[in-house]
Amino acid sequence: MKKEDYLKNQEIKYKLGVIDRRQFISSAIATGLAVPAALGLAGQLNAATPKKGGVLRHASGYGSTDDSLDPGTSANSLSQNVIYTRGNHLTEVSNEGELVGELAESFEASNSGKTWVFNLRKGVEFHNGKSLTADDVIASMEYHGGENATSSAKGNLSSVASMKKDGNHRVIFELKEGNADFPYLSSDYHIMIQASKDGKIDPLDPANGTGPYMVESYEPGVKFVGKRNPNYFKEDRAHFDGVQLIAVIDAAARQSAIMSGDADFADAIPAKTVNLLARAPNLEILETTGTQHYIFPMRLDTEPFDNYHMRKALKYAVKRQELVDKILLGHGVIGNDIPVSPAMPFFHTDLPQYNYDPDKAAMHYKKSGYTGPVPLSVADAGFSGGVSAGELMVESAKQAGINIQLVREPNDGYWSNVWNVKGWCNSYWGGRPTQDVMYQAAYTKETTWNETAWRDTEAAIKFNELVVMARSETDNDKRKSLYWSAQELLHDDGGSLIPLWANYIHAHSKTLAHGPVAGNWTNDGNKVSERWWFS
Amino acid sequence: MHPVTKTVLVRLGYGLLTLFLVSVVIFSAIEFLPGDFTQAILGQLATPETIAAFRKELGLDQSAVSRYINWISGVLRGDFGSSFSGRGQLTSGTSGVGRSREVADLIAPRLWNTLFLAGLTAIIAVPLSLFLGITSALYRNSIYDRAVSVTSLTTISFPEFFVAYVLILIFGSLWPVLPTLANVDASTPMAERLLRSALPAMTLTLVIIAHMMRMTRAAIINLLASPYIQMAILSGASKSEVIIKHALPNAWAPIATVIAFNLAYLVVGVVVVEVVFVYPGIGQLMVDSVTSRNIPVVQACALIFAVTYIVLNLIADIIGIITNPRLLHPK
Repeated sequence: MKKEDYLKNQEIKYKLGVIDRRQFISSAIATGLAVPAALGLAGQLNAATPKKGGVLRHASGYGSTDDSLDPGTSANSLSQNVIYTRGNHLTEVSNEGELVGELAESFEASNSGKTWVFNLRKGVEFHNGKSLTADDVIASMEYHGGENATSSAKGNLSSVASMKKDGNHRVIFELKEGNADFPYLSSDYHIMIQASKDGKIDPLDPANGTGPYMVESYEPGVKFVGKRNPNYFKEDRAHFDGVQLIAVIDAAARQSAIMSGDADFADAIPAKTVNLLARAPNLEILETTGTQHYIFPMRLDTEPFDNYHMRKALKYAVKRQELVDKILLGHGVIGNDIPVSPAMPFFHTDLPQYNYDPDKAAMHYKKSGYTGPVPLSVADAGFSGGVSAGELMVESAKQAGINIQLVREPNDGYWSNVWNVKGWCNSYWGGRPTQDVMYQAAYTKETTWNETAWRDTEAAIKFNELVVMARSETDNDKRKSLYWSAQELLHDDGGSLIPLWANYIHAHSKTLAHGPVAGNWTNDGNKVSERWWFS
Repeated sequence: MHPVTKTVLVRLGYGLLTLFLVSVVIFSAIEFLPGDFTQAILGQLATPETIAAFRKELGLDQSAVSRYINWISGVLRGDFGSSFSGRGQLTSGTSGVGRSREVADLIAPRLWNTLFLAGLTAIIAVPLSLFLGITSALYRNSIYDRAVSVTSLTTISFPEFFVAYVLILIFGSLWPVLPTLANVDASTPMAERLLRSALPAMTLTLVIIAHMMRMTRAAIINLLASPYIQMAILSGASKSEVIIKHALPNAWAPIATVIAFNLAYLVVGVVVVEVVFVYPGIGQLMVDSVTSRNIPVVQACALIFAVTYIVLNLIADIIGIITNPRLLHPK
């Protein structure tokens, strides 16, 4: 046995409790490790071994009295957390960013992505005692994707032509057109699998989830209380005895709650105060760079943004690092005008980064032939700090000879009167797991949320074709080259100016421990209650 | 008819009239909202057919008078209608009928929480401010009087959220004895509910005590100059006897008015304190509903607030009338 293998073996034995700490350290020293290193290794393993017990109190900056238990209506981080706490999905994005089966043990495509077979896990029980079968999956899918469905995830399932079961633990989906990302679509948090009765689910029934915690009480916009599901099918998850998700909308109240120990975990920590909070001896700050990005969409159906050179000029006229430093106070990274993060599959690693370049900006501006002021509508409703970001952009563009005219818009009614209406404004996106899902939300020609109206240029037409081709392509190398070309088109010709990727900032008590942290949503993929534990 | 009964009945009549006028104002608020109201609520999903369905469901196709009659007759039966919540989530072709919660169900637990906090604060603040007011009048211009005045004026001069943060700093961080999150719910046991409400109640007490205390003190001192008090003093009554037996009964009317005013404030005006301590009261619900344009909830809350003010002022008036010896002993 090689030395490393031996050590690995001993590690496993120690974790399982077959050998004790002393034995582990002596065997580590025997392989040649120095004593402090061996002690350190034991400590690391100890921290990484989850312990059961305790009640997690999570102070969330989200939640509204308009929320409900119906997963189809979930629209904020707290209600999403409630879904992940009480239920499961066919698939999930793991904390290492990979798509894995959850209630589905395995899934595979055939017929070039048109037929998808999901094999369900056996022996999974709902909180009401019912066993999971294919009927529950079909009824849940029907609830979210059926003809009269009112679920927010209806679009995700619009490609499903038919569903049928093959035995009690296999569901076969026939799609209208091939889609290699279908398992990603089925991981959408709305599409929670709920227990069915006579082919229908009751979306408001608190006991029809399979999740890590059972609903004890839920008052929307105030508090969710759950207790551990003793029959949870994931053996290495759900370590707390109970969880409380508490809506604490006021940032100062959230911070005082976590500082005084009234909460163990708090999300949405403002960048302004995070450095002060980090000084508290009992707290740890956790930042994740996820899929949340801030964007200034330029609409191609409005002058002067229909001009390619105008768009290029503005992309070069922004001091991106200055925005990261002053708007996010360093808690983020610069963007490159594509809505794809390095954590997403098929991210283009070789695209040139847009940087502030007044000469290039002036050159493109001249070529555009446009001379008047360029109106930019901003409000903090678009993203927090949007007005200040606009002011900085006015200054940096001035040096390139471009006159941006800042128009301050009211926060109230921003999303109906300004966004997707005015030629240039500010907005944000987050949480899309794949390029296809992101493009279908805001970039393909059909979607009404195509905030840049980038539909008719040569590049946009090509882009739409590429996205459709990539969707049904099951060969990964070919998909990669399709998605890379799509990103190149968007980067060069598209109307999105994406200067910022904002971090999710959380604070938690030092008594909490965790494994690798997911970046797809805030709060470790909104699964802190399932994945974390008290050390 | 006894003049007291008559005055009380007249006051009641005025109260009902005010309530009617307020309900008209609240109802017409929906008419004054700028822009297209249905479009604002449905947002992205405002297709022509959802707008039509929504307008029909709200009865916006009927005249304002018949809508008002429908609404007010529902309110009289205890039916505040159903909330607009969740309608932003619709897919096209539906108006979300049957997916929203009843307004009464939304408001009831919140109203109870608010009344609990108001009651708790009142139990502490009213006797305390009366005591401080009377003793200040008794020992007026003493060090004690000045200390009480300065302290209470200091706490009322700061904005309430600042008082709240200072209390959190003292009792939550430096000397952590009280919870800073007051997120009570229906299942919270009474002892824990009291503990969790301690800091908000302390904050509110500090905010309202000065007003009531100063009014008590001023009303009593005012009376001390009147001839019948001088008569009492000349007849040899002790200082405390003069104040409690002779001055206080005549001072009740202004004191009751100020107390009623502050109690009403405790019910309708404490949203800032609720937000800071995450106390699920009715003020937070109303603010949430305003931002999400949940008009039925806003209307119901506004009506409850109006009722609170009117009823408490009515009680104060009645107390003022029945403690007035001139009215109690008609010629």
